[in-house]
Amino acid sequence: MSLEALVTILGMAAVTYAIRAAGLLLADRFPSQGFVANWVKHVPGAVLAALVAPAVLAVAPGRSLADAFLPAETVAAGVVTIVYIGTRNLFAAMAGGVLAVWLMRMWLGV
Amino acid sequence: MDRPAASASSQFWLGVTMFFPVAVSIASYGVVWGVLAGQKGLGVLEVLLMSGLVFAGSSQFVALDSWTPGALPIVSIIAATAIVNLRMLLMSATLRPLVSGLSRPKALAAMFFVSDEQWAMTMAEMRKGGGSVAFLCGTGVLSWLSWAGSTLLGRVLGAFIDNPVKYGLDFAFTATFIALLLGMWKGRSDLVPWLVGALAALLTASVVEGKWYIIVGGIVGSLAGALADQWGEKRDVA
Repeated sequence: MSLEALVTILGMAAVTYAIRAAGLLLADRFPSQGFVANWVKHVPGAVLAALVAPAVLAVAPGRSLADAFLPAETVAAGVVTIVYIGTRNLFAAMAGGVLAVWLMRMWLGV
Repeated sequence: MDRPAASASSQFWLGVTMFFPVAVSIASYGVVWGVLAGQKGLGVLEVLLMSGLVFAGSSQFVALDSWTPGALPIVSIIAATAIVNLRMLLMSATLRPLVSGLSRPKALAAMFFVSDEQWAMTMAEMRKGGGSVAFLCGTGVLSWLSWAGSTLLGRVLGAFIDNPVKYGLDFAFTATFIALLLGMWKGRSDLVPWLVGALAALLTASVVEGKWYIIVGGIVGSLAGALADQWGEKRDVA
């Protein structure tokens, strides 16, 4: 194992455990409502939305939105949404999306 | 533990038993993570270390997304991990009543097991008048075994898949994130943080190399959500 991988993994473990422990230690001082509580509450959704948007639209530096549009990924994102809303099952939604991308890529020949 | 041993051990096993169905779905997700980890160049030992010590699925998926051996963006991966896992601050804060009878080291040690599923199940037990640290540990131990074991299995199986892009497996990340995001939908107040986060990420990704768009989108989107909530409350009062 490389040093950079070890440092990264230990760093990830340290910040994650520090957050888990800090919640307990700060429980009395932590606001259960108000701006800060709302902010923390919205973080996971905003992070996931931020992760998904460029992947679905394939945006990267030097590429405009118009020529970055990727039909296979965009169609598959729609399939994931439909399967998840229909089944409420993470694994089914993921499998549906992977299958859709695979089929779309075969069909488009990419 | 300060509770009678029999009660603590029965609470522990109740946690294990109730968590079983969730552990199965965690394992299916873990196998996928393990396969993708192998494609990103993580070795078996790295998979075990990360799953065993970090033990937080969403943040591990995010980390893999930026994993480029030889030039690991160490700071940006650790920062993204902290941001994705920030929600656990609220979770362990709400578990405070459970640990009132425990010594501080024991209480802090138990917090290692705080993650979405374990927390949700323990909170549900608390609302029914039950729930205990032993129960949390029962769900946590099974969750840990399921996550570490399944990610390792995926890493080993993944070695037999030659070209993941050909089978669409690279899309598993995005698909998982979309499903996780949809599962978080609680109502209209989620619309602002999601849309602003997505837009901020698109703008950042189109000008900045690397994965910084995750952090920028996460911070800008969540702040916009909190501002929108505050504005909505003021309007309701007026």
